[in-house]
Amino acid sequence: MTVRIRVIPCLDVADGRVVKGVNFVDLKDAGDPVEQAQAYDAAGADELCFLDISASHEGRGTLLDIVRRTAEVCFMPVTVGGGVRTVDDARALLLAGADKVAVNSAAVSRPEVVNEIAEKMGSQCCVASIDARRVAEGKWEIFTHGGRKPTGIDALEHAVKLAELGAGELLVTSMDGDGTKAGYDLALTRTIADAVSVPVVASGGVGTLDHLVEGVTQGHASAVLAASIFHFGTYTIAEAHAALRNAGLPARA
Amino acid sequence: MSEALALIDYGAGNLHSVHNALKAAGAHHVTVTADPDLVMGAKRIVLPGVGSYKACMKGLDAIPGLVEALEERVLEDGVPFLGICVGMQLLATQGVEHGITCGLGWIPGEVRLIERTDPAIKVPHMGWNDVAHAHHHDGAELIEEGEAYFLHSYHFVPDNGRDIAAMTDHGGGLVAAVARDNILGVQFHPEKSQRYGLDLLTRFLDWKP
Repeated sequence: MTVRIRVIPCLDVADGRVVKGVNFVDLKDAGDPVEQAQAYDAAGADELCFLDISASHEGRGTLLDIVRRTAEVCFMPVTVGGGVRTVDDARALLLAGADKVAVNSAAVSRPEVVNEIAEKMGSQCCVASIDARRVAEGKWEIFTHGGRKPTGIDALEHAVKLAELGAGELLVTSMDGDGTKAGYDLALTRTIADAVSVPVVASGGVGTLDHLVEGVTQGHASAVLAASIFHFGTYTIAEAHAALRNAGLPARA
Repeated sequence: MSEALALIDYGAGNLHSVHNALKAAGAHHVTVTADPDLVMGAKRIVLPGVGSYKACMKGLDAIPGLVEALEERVLEDGVPFLGICVGMQLLATQGVEHGITCGLGWIPGEVRLIERTDPAIKVPHMGWNDVAHAHHHDGAELIEEGEAYFLHSYHFVPDNGRDIAAMTDHGGGLVAAVARDNILGVQFHPEKSQRYGLDLLTRFLDWKP
Protein backbone atom coordinates (compact mmCIF):
# COMPACT_ATOMS: atom_id res chain seq x y z
CA MET A 1 0.00 0.00 0.00
CA THR A 2 1.05 3.58 0.34
CA VAL A 3 0.91 6.21 3.06
CA ARG A 4 -2.51 6.13 4.75
CA ILE A 5 -5.03 8.94 4.68
CA ARG A 6 -4.88 10.39 8.18
CA VAL A 7 -8.01 10.92 10.27
CA ILE A 8 -7.39 13.73 12.75
CA PRO A 9 -9.76 14.67 15.56
CA CYS A 10 -9.31 18.28 16.66
CA LEU A 11 -9.88 19.47 20.22
CA ASP A 12 -10.49 23.15 20.91
CA VAL A 13 -8.93 24.11 24.22
CA ALA A 14 -9.31 27.32 26.23
CA ASP A 15 -7.61 27.94 29.57
CA GLY A 16 -6.83 24.27 29.94
CA ARG A 17 -10.29 22.92 29.21
CA VAL A 18 -11.86 21.34 26.16
CA VAL A 19 -14.31 23.89 24.84
CA LYS A 20 -16.71 22.09 22.53
CA GLY A 21 -18.81 19.56 24.35
CA VAL A 22 -17.55 16.03 24.24
CA ASN A 23 -19.47 12.89 24.63
CA PHE A 24 -17.29 9.88 25.33
CA VAL A 25 -19.23 7.71 27.73
CA ASP A 26 -16.55 6.55 30.12
CA LEU A 27 -14.62 9.72 30.83
CA LYS A 28 -14.28 10.92 34.39
CA ASP A 29 -13.82 14.51 33.32
CA ALA A 30 -15.06 15.27 29.82
CA GLY A 31 -13.42 18.68 29.94
CA ASP A 32 -9.91 17.34 30.52
CA PRO A 33 -7.94 17.54 27.25
CA VAL A 34 -5.53 14.83 28.36
CA GLU A 35 -8.32 12.34 28.99
CA GLN A 36 -9.81 13.20 25.61
CA ALA A 37 -6.46 12.71 23.94
CA GLN A 38 -6.02 9.32 25.58
CA ALA A 39 -9.45 8.25 24.41
CA TYR A 40 -8.56 9.17 20.82
CA ASP A 41 -5.19 7.44 21.14
CA ALA A 42 -6.95 4.26 22.27
CA ALA A 43 -9.49 4.65 19.45
CA GLY A 44 -6.71 4.59 16.87
CA ALA A 45 -6.76 8.20 15.70
CA ASP A 46 -3.88 8.74 13.26
CA GLU A 47 -2.95 12.08 14.80
CA LEU A 48 -4.44 14.54 17.23
CA CYS A 49 -4.79 18.29 16.93
CA PHE A 50 -5.06 20.69 19.88
CA LEU A 51 -6.25 24.14 18.94
CA ASP A 52 -5.72 26.66 21.72
CA ILE A 53 -8.32 29.40 21.67
CA SER A 54 -7.40 30.92 25.05
CA ALA A 55 -7.84 34.65 25.02
CA SER A 56 -5.50 35.21 27.94
CA HIS A 57 -1.77 34.82 28.33
CA GLU A 58 -2.31 32.66 31.42
CA GLY A 59 -4.01 30.10 29.21
CA ARG A 60 -0.74 29.57 27.32
CA GLY A 61 1.18 28.16 30.27
CA THR A 62 -1.68 25.78 30.87
CA LEU A 63 -1.46 24.65 27.26
CA LEU A 64 2.19 23.67 27.67
CA ASP A 65 1.24 21.63 30.70
CA ILE A 66 -1.51 19.88 28.72
CA VAL A 67 0.90 19.05 25.91
CA ARG A 68 3.46 17.73 28.41
CA ARG A 69 0.93 15.54 30.19
CA THR A 70 -0.50 14.31 26.90
CA ALA A 71 2.95 13.30 25.64
CA GLU A 72 3.45 11.22 28.78
CA VAL A 73 0.49 9.00 28.08
CA CYS A 74 -0.27 9.26 24.34
CA PHE A 75 1.98 7.69 21.76
CA MET A 76 0.64 9.29 18.63
CA PRO A 77 1.58 12.48 16.77
CA VAL A 78 0.14 15.70 18.18
CA THR A 79 -0.17 19.02 16.37
CA VAL A 80 -0.72 22.13 18.46
CA GLY A 81 -2.03 25.38 17.03
CA GLY A 82 -3.32 28.69 18.27
CA GLY A 83 -1.25 31.63 19.41
CA VAL A 84 2.06 30.44 17.92
CA ARG A 85 3.77 33.71 16.97
CA THR A 86 7.51 33.12 17.24
CA VAL A 87 10.23 30.50 16.99
CA ASP A 88 10.35 30.47 20.80
CA ASP A 89 6.61 29.70 21.01
CA ALA A 90 7.15 26.81 18.60
CA ARG A 91 10.21 25.52 20.41
CA ALA A 92 8.42 25.54 23.80
CA LEU A 93 5.57 23.44 22.38
CA LEU A 94 7.90 20.98 20.65
CA LEU A 95 10.00 20.53 23.78
CA ALA A 96 6.81 19.96 25.77
CA GLY A 97 6.03 17.05 23.44
CA ALA A 98 4.18 18.44 20.42
CA ASP A 99 5.31 16.92 17.12
CA LYS A 100 4.08 19.75 14.94
CA VAL A 101 3.06 23.33 15.55
CA ALA A 102 0.48 25.14 13.45
CA VAL A 103 1.09 28.81 12.70
CA ASN A 104 -1.94 30.86 11.78
CA SER A 105 -2.39 34.63 12.12
CA ALA A 106 1.31 35.22 12.79
CA ALA A 107 1.99 33.88 9.30
CA VAL A 108 -0.56 36.30 7.86
CA SER A 109 1.10 39.38 9.32
CA ARG A 110 4.64 38.02 8.96
CA PRO A 111 4.98 34.97 6.64
CA GLU A 112 8.75 34.74 7.39
CA VAL A 113 7.95 33.21 10.78
CA VAL A 114 7.21 29.98 8.88
CA ASN A 115 10.69 30.05 7.40
CA GLU A 116 12.25 30.75 10.78
CA ILE A 117 10.52 27.80 12.42
CA ALA A 118 11.31 25.49 9.48
CA GLU A 119 14.99 26.50 9.50
CA LYS A 120 15.42 26.02 13.24
CA MET A 121 13.18 23.03 13.90
CA GLY A 122 12.68 21.47 10.47
CA SER A 123 9.86 21.67 7.93
CA GLN A 124 8.41 18.42 9.22
CA CYS A 125 7.16 20.13 12.39
CA CYS A 126 5.93 23.35 10.80
CA VAL A 127 2.26 23.40 9.80
CA ALA A 128 0.80 26.51 8.20
CA SER A 129 -2.89 27.14 8.87
CA ILE A 130 -4.88 28.67 6.03
CA ASP A 131 -8.26 30.08 7.14
CA ALA A 132 -10.14 31.11 4.02
CA ARG A 133 -13.52 32.30 2.81
CA ARG A 134 -14.82 32.14 -0.72
CA VAL A 135 -15.13 35.63 -2.19
CA ALA A 136 -15.89 34.77 -5.82
CA GLU A 137 -16.14 31.72 -8.05
CA GLY A 138 -12.77 29.94 -7.75
CA LYS A 139 -11.38 32.66 -5.49
CA TRP A 140 -10.76 32.61 -1.74
CA GLU A 141 -9.42 35.15 0.71
CA ILE A 142 -7.56 34.75 4.01
CA PHE A 143 -9.62 35.73 7.05
CA THR A 144 -8.36 36.14 10.61
CA HIS A 145 -10.03 36.46 14.01
CA GLY A 146 -12.01 33.26 13.67
CA GLY A 147 -13.13 34.13 10.16
CA ARG A 148 -14.47 37.58 10.96
CA LYS A 149 -11.72 39.82 9.60
CA PRO A 150 -10.84 39.95 5.89
CA THR A 151 -7.20 40.54 4.98
CA GLY A 152 -7.34 41.09 1.23
CA ILE A 153 -4.79 38.27 0.83
CA ASP A 154 -5.52 35.65 -1.84
CA ALA A 155 -5.69 32.23 -0.15
CA LEU A 156 -4.00 30.28 -2.95
CA GLU A 157 -1.10 32.72 -3.23
CA HIS A 158 -0.69 32.71 0.55
CA ALA A 159 -0.73 28.90 0.71
CA VAL A 160 1.86 28.53 -2.06
CA LYS A 161 4.05 31.14 -0.41
CA LEU A 162 3.98 29.45 3.00
CA ALA A 163 4.81 26.08 1.43
CA GLU A 164 7.76 27.70 -0.35
CA LEU A 165 8.88 29.27 2.92
CA GLY A 166 9.21 25.79 4.38
CA ALA A 167 5.87 24.72 5.85
CA GLY A 168 5.82 20.92 5.84
CA GLU A 169 2.04 20.74 5.80
CA LEU A 170 -0.92 23.02 5.18
CA LEU A 171 -4.07 22.92 7.31
CA VAL A 172 -6.74 24.37 5.04
CA THR A 173 -9.93 25.45 6.84
CA SER A 174 -12.98 26.77 5.08
CA MET A 175 -14.38 29.43 7.38
CA ASP A 176 -17.60 29.27 5.35
CA GLY A 177 -17.93 25.57 6.09
CA ASP A 178 -16.73 25.58 9.70
CA GLY A 179 -19.50 24.44 12.00
CA THR A 180 -22.05 23.95 9.20
CA LYS A 181 -21.74 20.15 8.83
CA ALA A 182 -22.26 20.76 5.07
CA GLY A 183 -18.90 19.31 4.06
CA TYR A 184 -15.47 20.69 3.23
CA ASP A 185 -15.04 23.40 0.61
CA LEU A 186 -13.73 20.85 -1.88
CA ALA A 187 -12.76 23.35 -4.56
CA LEU A 188 -10.68 25.32 -2.04
CA THR A 189 -8.96 22.19 -0.73
CA ARG A 190 -8.26 20.84 -4.22
CA THR A 191 -7.03 24.16 -5.59
CA ILE A 192 -4.43 24.41 -2.84
CA ALA A 193 -3.53 20.69 -2.68
CA ASP A 194 -2.86 20.59 -6.43
CA ALA A 195 -0.64 23.67 -6.24
CA VAL A 196 1.77 22.52 -3.49
CA SER A 197 4.11 19.57 -2.98
CA VAL A 198 3.43 19.22 0.75
CA PRO A 199 0.47 17.37 2.30
CA VAL A 200 -2.79 19.26 2.80
CA VAL A 201 -5.21 18.62 5.69
CA ALA A 202 -8.85 19.35 4.85
CA SER A 203 -10.76 21.10 7.62
CA GLY A 204 -14.06 22.84 8.30
CA GLY A 205 -17.59 21.60 7.80
CA VAL A 206 -17.60 17.83 8.26
CA GLY A 207 -21.02 16.37 9.04
CA THR A 208 -20.86 12.88 7.57
CA LEU A 209 -18.38 10.14 6.75
CA ASP A 210 -18.93 10.85 3.05
CA HIS A 211 -17.54 14.32 3.65
CA LEU A 212 -14.27 12.78 4.84
CA VAL A 213 -14.08 10.61 1.73
CA GLU A 214 -14.83 13.56 -0.57
CA GLY A 215 -12.08 15.57 1.12
CA VAL A 216 -9.65 13.06 -0.34
CA THR A 217 -11.26 11.96 -3.61
CA GLN A 218 -12.40 15.45 -4.66
CA GLY A 219 -10.37 17.72 -2.38
CA HIS A 220 -7.10 15.81 -2.95
CA ALA A 221 -6.29 16.10 0.76
CA SER A 222 -3.75 13.80 2.45
CA ALA A 223 -5.54 14.02 5.79
CA VAL A 224 -9.00 14.86 7.04
CA LEU A 225 -9.68 16.82 10.22
CA ALA A 226 -12.97 16.90 12.07
CA ALA A 227 -14.22 17.87 15.49
CA SER A 228 -17.86 17.53 16.41
CA ILE A 229 -18.69 14.33 14.51
CA PHE A 230 -16.14 12.55 16.70
CA HIS A 231 -16.64 14.49 19.92
CA PHE A 232 -20.39 13.97 19.97
CA GLY A 233 -19.93 10.30 19.19
CA THR A 234 -21.80 10.53 15.89
CA TYR A 235 -19.03 8.47 14.30
CA THR A 236 -16.00 6.65 15.63
CA ILE A 237 -12.46 6.83 14.30
CA ALA A 238 -12.84 3.18 13.22
CA GLU A 239 -15.95 4.08 11.20
CA ALA A 240 -14.05 6.92 9.54
CA HIS A 241 -11.22 4.55 8.60
CA ALA A 242 -13.72 1.99 7.29
CA ALA A 243 -15.48 4.62 5.17
CA LEU A 244 -12.17 5.61 3.57
CA ARG A 245 -11.24 1.97 2.92
CA ASN A 246 -14.68 1.24 1.44
CA ALA A 247 -14.07 4.10 -1.00
CA GLY A 248 -10.85 2.37 -2.09
CA LEU A 249 -8.57 4.74 -0.18
CA PRO A 250 -5.64 3.64 1.97
CA ALA A 251 -6.56 3.88 5.66
CA ARG A 252 -5.49 2.08 8.78
CA ALA A 253 -7.37 -1.08 9.70
CA MET B 1 15.22 -4.58 31.40
CA SER B 2 16.68 -3.06 34.52
CA GLU B 3 20.03 -2.32 32.91
CA ALA B 4 21.17 1.25 32.24
CA LEU B 5 19.98 2.73 28.96
CA ALA B 6 21.49 5.96 27.67
CA LEU B 7 19.14 8.20 25.71
CA ILE B 8 21.41 10.66 23.97
CA ASP B 9 20.50 14.28 24.69
CA TYR B 10 21.98 16.53 22.02
CA GLY B 11 19.01 18.86 21.60
CA ALA B 12 16.80 16.61 19.46
CA GLY B 13 13.16 17.69 19.50
CA ASN B 14 11.70 14.24 20.09
CA LEU B 15 13.87 13.47 23.13
CA HIS B 16 11.06 13.63 25.69
CA SER B 17 8.61 11.70 23.53
CA VAL B 18 11.17 8.91 23.10
CA HIS B 19 11.85 8.97 26.84
CA ASN B 20 8.14 8.65 27.63
CA ALA B 21 7.76 5.80 25.14
CA LEU B 22 10.79 3.90 26.48
CA LYS B 23 9.32 4.11 29.99
CA ALA B 24 5.94 2.91 28.71
CA ALA B 25 7.73 0.06 26.90
CA GLY B 26 9.24 -1.12 30.17
CA ALA B 27 12.61 0.61 30.50
CA HIS B 28 13.32 1.37 34.16
CA HIS B 29 16.73 2.99 34.08
CA VAL B 30 16.81 5.54 31.31
CA THR B 31 19.57 8.11 31.65
CA VAL B 32 19.02 11.17 29.47
CA THR B 33 22.56 12.28 28.86
CA ALA B 34 25.26 13.66 26.60
CA ASP B 35 28.05 12.78 29.04
CA PRO B 36 30.62 10.48 27.34
CA ASP B 37 31.39 8.80 30.68
CA LEU B 38 27.75 7.83 31.18
CA VAL B 39 27.56 6.61 27.58
CA MET B 40 30.58 4.40 28.31
CA GLY B 41 28.66 2.81 31.18
CA ALA B 42 25.43 2.28 29.24
CA LYS B 43 24.22 -1.22 28.37
CA ARG B 44 21.92 0.07 25.63
CA ILE B 45 21.92 3.29 23.64
CA VAL B 46 19.10 5.17 21.88
CA LEU B 47 19.78 8.10 19.55
CA PRO B 48 16.69 10.22 18.75
CA GLY B 49 16.58 12.94 16.09
CA VAL B 50 14.22 15.15 14.12
CA GLY B 51 14.77 18.16 11.88
CA SER B 52 17.72 18.67 9.60
CA TYR B 53 20.59 16.22 9.14
CA LYS B 54 23.15 18.96 9.29
CA ALA B 55 21.79 20.48 12.51
CA CYS B 56 21.59 17.05 14.18
CA MET B 57 25.15 16.03 13.23
CA LYS B 58 26.41 19.43 14.36
CA GLY B 59 24.61 18.91 17.66
CA LEU B 60 26.35 15.54 18.17
CA ASP B 61 29.76 16.87 17.13
CA ALA B 62 29.41 19.86 19.45
CA ILE B 63 29.66 17.64 22.53
CA PRO B 64 33.35 16.81 23.15
CA GLY B 65 34.04 13.08 23.24
CA LEU B 66 30.46 12.00 22.59
CA VAL B 67 30.89 10.53 19.09
CA GLU B 68 34.08 8.76 20.23
CA ALA B 69 32.26 7.28 23.24
CA LEU B 70 29.37 6.13 21.03
CA GLU B 71 31.80 4.51 18.57
CA GLU B 72 33.70 2.69 21.27
CA ARG B 73 30.55 1.45 23.01
CA VAL B 74 28.58 0.48 19.90
CA LEU B 75 31.22 -0.55 17.36
CA GLU B 76 33.80 -2.11 19.71
CA ASP B 77 31.80 -3.28 22.73
CA GLY B 78 28.74 -4.30 20.72
CA VAL B 79 26.14 -2.62 22.92
CA PRO B 80 22.63 -2.70 21.38
CA PHE B 81 21.92 0.60 19.62
CA LEU B 82 18.72 2.12 18.26
CA GLY B 83 18.62 5.21 16.04
CA ILE B 84 15.26 6.88 15.39
CA CYS B 85 14.39 9.02 12.32
CA VAL B 86 17.33 11.41 11.86
CA GLY B 87 19.07 9.34 14.57
CA MET B 88 18.85 6.45 12.08
CA GLN B 89 19.93 8.60 9.14
CA LEU B 90 23.05 9.70 11.02
CA LEU B 91 24.29 6.09 10.71
CA ALA B 92 24.95 6.84 7.02
CA THR B 93 28.23 7.99 5.52
CA GLN B 94 26.74 11.34 4.57
CA GLY B 95 23.60 13.42 4.14
CA VAL B 96 22.95 15.91 1.36
CA GLU B 97 20.41 18.18 3.12
CA HIS B 98 21.65 21.83 3.07
CA GLY B 99 25.02 20.76 1.60
CA ILE B 100 26.96 17.54 2.21
CA THR B 101 27.35 16.60 5.87
CA CYS B 102 29.41 13.62 7.05
CA GLY B 103 27.42 11.20 9.21
CA LEU B 104 28.64 8.57 11.66
CA GLY B 105 29.36 6.22 8.75
CA TRP B 106 28.52 3.04 10.69
CA ILE B 107 26.27 1.80 7.89
CA PRO B 108 27.65 2.95 4.52
CA GLY B 109 25.17 4.90 2.44
CA GLU B 110 23.72 8.29 1.67
CA VAL B 111 20.68 10.24 2.90
CA ARG B 112 18.86 11.85 -0.03
CA LEU B 113 15.73 13.89 -0.72
CA ILE B 114 12.64 11.79 -1.45
CA GLU B 115 11.90 12.02 -5.15
CA ARG B 116 8.39 13.08 -6.15
CA THR B 117 7.75 10.45 -8.81
CA ASP B 118 4.17 11.67 -9.24
CA PRO B 119 2.39 14.95 -8.33
CA ALA B 120 0.19 12.95 -5.96
CA ILE B 121 3.28 11.94 -3.96
CA LYS B 122 3.66 14.52 -1.21
CA VAL B 123 6.90 15.37 0.56
CA PRO B 124 7.37 15.23 3.56
CA HIS B 125 6.31 11.58 3.67
CA MET B 126 3.91 12.09 6.55
CA GLY B 127 1.67 9.52 8.17
CA TRP B 128 1.15 5.83 8.81
CA ASN B 129 2.66 3.44 6.31
CA ASP B 130 3.76 -0.17 5.98
CA VAL B 131 6.82 -1.63 7.58
CA ALA B 132 7.56 -4.68 5.41
CA HIS B 133 10.47 -7.07 5.83
CA ALA B 134 13.24 -6.75 3.29
CA HIS B 135 14.25 -9.94 1.54
CA HIS B 136 17.40 -11.77 2.55
CA HIS B 137 17.76 -9.97 5.85
CA ASP B 138 18.43 -12.18 8.83
CA GLY B 139 18.76 -9.42 11.44
CA ALA B 140 15.11 -8.41 11.29
CA GLU B 141 13.82 -10.27 14.35
CA LEU B 142 13.17 -6.94 16.06
CA ILE B 143 11.07 -5.55 13.26
CA GLU B 144 7.59 -6.99 12.95
CA GLU B 145 5.55 -6.21 9.88
CA GLY B 146 2.85 -3.63 10.51
CA GLU B 147 2.00 0.06 10.26
CA ALA B 148 4.12 2.84 11.77
CA TYR B 149 4.16 6.64 11.69
CA PHE B 150 6.65 8.26 9.32
CA LEU B 151 7.58 11.94 9.09
CA HIS B 152 10.55 12.75 6.84
CA SER B 153 11.62 14.41 3.59
CA TYR B 154 14.95 12.60 3.23
CA HIS B 155 15.60 8.88 3.15
CA PHE B 156 18.51 6.54 3.80
CA VAL B 157 19.94 4.75 0.75
CA PRO B 158 22.41 2.13 2.06
CA ASP B 159 25.27 1.07 -0.25
CA ASN B 160 24.73 -2.53 0.70
CA GLY B 161 21.21 -3.96 0.38
CA ARG B 162 22.04 -6.47 3.13
CA ASP B 163 21.85 -3.64 5.67
CA ILE B 164 18.19 -3.03 4.86
CA ALA B 165 15.89 -4.65 7.42
CA ALA B 166 12.54 -3.25 6.29
CA MET B 167 11.01 -1.18 3.52
CA THR B 168 8.01 1.06 3.07
CA ASP B 169 6.40 2.49 -0.07
CA HIS B 170 5.88 6.14 -0.97
CA GLY B 171 6.01 6.62 -4.72
CA GLY B 172 8.59 3.84 -4.74
CA GLY B 173 10.43 1.87 -2.10
CA LEU B 174 11.93 3.74 0.85
CA VAL B 175 14.07 2.16 3.56
CA ALA B 176 12.05 1.85 6.78
CA ALA B 177 14.76 0.18 8.88
CA VAL B 178 18.44 -0.69 8.69
CA ALA B 179 20.21 -3.28 10.82
CA ARG B 180 23.70 -4.60 11.16
CA ASP B 181 24.98 -6.70 14.07
CA ASN B 182 24.03 -4.78 17.24
CA ILE B 183 22.86 -1.67 15.37
CA LEU B 184 19.22 -0.97 14.51
CA GLY B 185 17.92 2.19 12.85
CA VAL B 186 14.28 2.98 12.13
CA GLN B 187 13.10 5.77 9.84
CA PHE B 188 9.63 5.81 11.42
CA HIS B 189 8.79 7.02 14.93
CA PRO B 190 8.17 4.13 17.34
CA GLU B 191 7.43 6.71 20.03
CA LYS B 192 4.50 7.93 17.91
CA SER B 193 3.31 4.59 16.54
CA GLN B 194 0.95 3.58 19.34
CA ARG B 195 1.00 -0.17 20.17
CA TYR B 196 3.19 -1.10 17.20
CA GLY B 197 5.91 1.31 18.30
CA LEU B 198 5.84 0.47 21.99
CA ASP B 199 6.08 -3.26 21.18
CA LEU B 200 9.13 -2.59 19.01
CA LEU B 201 10.78 -0.67 21.85
CA THR B 202 10.01 -3.52 24.26
CA ARG B 203 11.72 -5.98 21.90
CA PHE B 204 14.69 -3.63 21.62
CA LEU B 205 14.96 -3.55 25.43
CA ASP B 206 15.17 -7.36 25.43
CA TRP B 207 17.42 -7.60 22.37
CA LYS B 208 20.57 -9.67 22.75
CA PRO B 209 22.34 -9.37 19.41
